[in-house]
Amino acid sequence: MPHLKAINKKAHRIVDAVAETKKDVVALQQGPPQQPPHFPLGCSLVFSPGWEADQTGGTAGLCQPVERDIFDCHVGCFWPAQVPDQLNHSPDWTAKCASAQKDWRKLDLVFPG
Amino acid sequence: MMALVSREFHMFNAAGKSFLYLVPSAAIFALDEATSAVLRVVSESKSGEDAVVASLANRFEPDVVRAAIGELTEVRAIGYEHQPEAVVPRMLPMMPFPLNTMVLNVTNQCNLACTYCYEYGEDKIVDTAHGKQAKFMTEETARESVDFLLRESGRLAHMTFFGGETLLNFPVLQSTIAYARRRAADEGKEIDFSLTTNATLLRPDIIEFLAENRVGVTISIDGPREMQDKFRVFHNGAGSYDVVAPKIKELLRRHRSRPIGARVTLTSDTLDITRIYKHLTEEIGFWEVGFAPVTTSPQQHYAIGEQGFDRMLDQFRRLAREFTDHVAENRHHGFSNVKDTLEEIHKGVSKAYPCGAGLGLLGVSTDGDVALCHRFAGSDAHKFGTVRDGIDRGAQSAFLEQHHIADKTDCSKCWARPLCSGGCYHEAHVRYGSTGHPNLHYCEWIRGWTETCLEIYGELSERNPEFLARFDREEAKAEAAI
Repeated sequence: MPHLKAINKKAHRIVDAVAETKKDVVALQQGPPQQPPHFPLGCSLVFSPGWEADQTGGTAGLCQPVERDIFDCHVGCFWPAQVPDQLNHSPDWTAKCASAQKDWRKLDLVFPG
Repeated sequence: MMALVSREFHMFNAAGKSFLYLVPSAAIFALDEATSAVLRVVSESKSGEDAVVASLANRFEPDVVRAAIGELTEVRAIGYEHQPEAVVPRMLPMMPFPLNTMVLNVTNQCNLACTYCYEYGEDKIVDTAHGKQAKFMTEETARESVDFLLRESGRLAHMTFFGGETLLNFPVLQSTIAYARRRAADEGKEIDFSLTTNATLLRPDIIEFLAENRVGVTISIDGPREMQDKFRVFHNGAGSYDVVAPKIKELLRRHRSRPIGARVTLTSDTLDITRIYKHLTEEIGFWEVGFAPVTTSPQQHYAIGEQGFDRMLDQFRRLAREFTDHVAENRHHGFSNVKDTLEEIHKGVSKAYPCGAGLGLLGVSTDGDVALCHRFAGSDAHKFGTVRDGIDRGAQSAFLEQHHIADKTDCSKCWARPLCSGGCYHEAHVRYGSTGHPNLHYCEWIRGWTETCLEIYGELSERNPEFLARFDREEAKAEAAI
């Protein structure tokens, strides 16, 4: 700010906050400020389709295979769209699947009825 | 027309420059000529941007004025009339809030009978002479208090011993410090100790203990003999100056591990601040001296009246002038009231509550009752649990709910509220019968004193910014410790 000079710490924070609001939209833009890409490890908290390799280049860290984290995915994640709706329509979908790692083959297809 | 109006701020001058103190953010900006001029025009009457540009056309280019308006709008010193003022959300602190400081009233007895004392005089809250409370804290209660503190604290805990006269219960103090050190080490926490005393009971072995254990010491003393002996007297009415002066000198000579401060109570009869300061620093040898006006109901003869506050402000200002000149040349000055306020101004503190009482600071009575602060220790109406059962979170939340600055209507238009926040709960309780009442009897004095501290801050930002930068380093150190 050429006219106002920040003196105490709070004033400096206000100047920073004002500068932040003036930044351009940075999506699809080259150069800084770009965040390094986020590699999902285990489960991803954001909807970020397109990741086909984890940060080691393999697939173990992804939200697949299904036996790895089927329960996490359909309870706490974006993935529920791809599994049956256990709350309303298919409460018994996992009844035969006590341990996903062992019994995942027992999970059946569900058809909307 | 989109009219510009001024938002909340306070302008002050220092070192030949104009500064802006924003409320409630507590940010300080130095103004240039253009921004000063714009603020003046907008403060005098609301006017549209073009009108402001036109009225300053003989002094500044239109682009300069528009840029100045833009900056002042961005920091919310001014705004457009049709846009509502940004409302500060009334936020309560996250709970559980860590306990930073515990003040332990190890006794409610005193060997002095200072006429103005809030603990025993006519303004007392708790009957310590005939009440149900124990007169001395037992070793067991003191240990339970230590456990309580270490349960509720973060990595760093402060323990302050208080009274009555603290040293009347020196044996418990001694064993408690040893116990607290051991327990803190077990828990991997850091703990430090301080106490307040009237100095009458200092002995060589006590001084030795305090020095070895790095116990911070604050001495209550009112100044040279005739001032000290006016109110700080023994039960038989004899003055205490001749008893305490040699003992304090001995303490200052031997105890070099922590700075030792004097805490002066000012009354209508003892307002000669410069003389008190000179005596306590130059003749006695204190490193720091802090002053506080006596807490009392207005009818007491020693209560400071309106004229007294004016005189006190005048004297504070004179001593503050001396402080500024010392500090500008990197010399020490021990007027601690200024230093504390400068630190808050530097950080841009904007308080939701006047002090940490009931939040990061709690008092403990001789029985182990937890209270709002040491001044309310033992009062059932201000009880926040016990050291055995822990903090009564319900009582604490209710207190914080009722004492937020957003609900103090009298303060809502005052520019000094980021620093004052209504003032001391105990003072308010004594004056108005309610901890939630703003201390309206000293508003003028608080604004006057805050203005002076802002001026000193502005001046030091020009003359010795390095001194102010020290507060950042101290804060970084404290944060690293947490």
